[in-house]
Amino acid sequence: MSMRTPLKNVRHLGSAKEGTTHWWHQKVTAIALIPLFVIALAYVVSLVGADYDRVRYILSLPFTSLILLLLIGATFYHMKLGLQVVVEDYVHTESTKVVLLMLNSFFCAIVGLAAALAVLKLAFGG
Amino acid sequence: MVELTLPKNSTVGTGKTFSKPQGATKLKTFNVYRWSPDDTENPRIDTYYVDQDDCGPMILDGLIKIKNEIDPTLTFRRSCREGICGSCAMNINGTNTLACTSGIDEMDGDINIYPLPHQPVVKDLVPDLTNFYAQYASIKPWMQTQTPPPPDRERLQSKEDREKLDGLYECILCACCSTSCPSYWWNSDRFLGPAVLLQAYRWLADSRDENTGERLDALEDPFRLYRCHTIMNCANTCPKGLNPAKAIAEIKKMMIERRG
Repeated sequence: MSMRTPLKNVRHLGSAKEGTTHWWHQKVTAIALIPLFVIALAYVVSLVGADYDRVRYILSLPFTSLILLLLIGATFYHMKLGLQVVVEDYVHTESTKVVLLMLNSFFCAIVGLAAALAVLKLAFGG
Repeated sequence: MVELTLPKNSTVGTGKTFSKPQGATKLKTFNVYRWSPDDTENPRIDTYYVDQDDCGPMILDGLIKIKNEIDPTLTFRRSCREGICGSCAMNINGTNTLACTSGIDEMDGDINIYPLPHQPVVKDLVPDLTNFYAQYASIKPWMQTQTPPPPDRERLQSKEDREKLDGLYECILCACCSTSCPSYWWNSDRFLGPAVLLQAYRWLADSRDENTGERLDALEDPFRLYRCHTIMNCANTCPKGLNPAKAIAEIKKMMIERRG
């Protein structure tokens, strides 16, 4: 039987004074992803049946690279924020939670950067 | 991890079926969750038959009739029987609502009654709302000002400012919304839940309260406020027709507004 008062449990460690940036960035990336996905899809559709050199050429154009880099940035940042919330919602064992949150950050950073590097390599003709 | 199945001692079994009243033509079946802390048995569902011709129109009338005439051990909270005290909040046919404002005739088929979800059960339909009430206390639900009140009158408020409290002041803290919220189920130790956040907004929106900034400071937290994922169960279930989700969205807007 705990001898703590209910209010002691509720007030716990106090307010973290954050969360607003996380919430706002998730909304902003969600909205940004709508046009970025539409444009990227349009590229994919327009390149159906094109040969390898043509695809490489289109993907290396500055505008295409810009769109793809924005898309990759927004996607993986949004994914990191979203999965973080899922882990915090459902995983209540502190050690497991910390490990999963770290893995989430690492995964999104590594895969996101790898995708961005691929676009940059095409853009600068590597 | 979140528990997706009930622990062994919480698995609900079949209970007693009480006999039907003699000569009744309009019978309604009540399947009611029963659990007592006084024995070691698992929870069970007892079945009662109520003669609608000899009973008031509301589900609470049915429960009171069962307690008075069929089974005096049935335990539930009730007081005002007119939807203003919030005592008889329970889960009726899958929706959290007030037994006193739900009509027996509104329900097709059997009436299945459980206590409010995901709270400790004290007995039968009585949930332990200690944490819920402590959360309410934590938002300091009273007017906070630096300016002393005028010596000769009450604190004044314009009609327009008073209207901003409509849709908020009506909340009776029955806990239907909070206990319908999955985020509250998983994280009620840290997430304040829709009812308490609506109450928090009731004081944020009050033109006479001078502690708006401090109130926002206390709420700005990944769990206290931002566990709300706009699931909207709260607005669906509220027996008073209020919209806690909208109040929470207004708090989030205030958080953004004060940043620049």
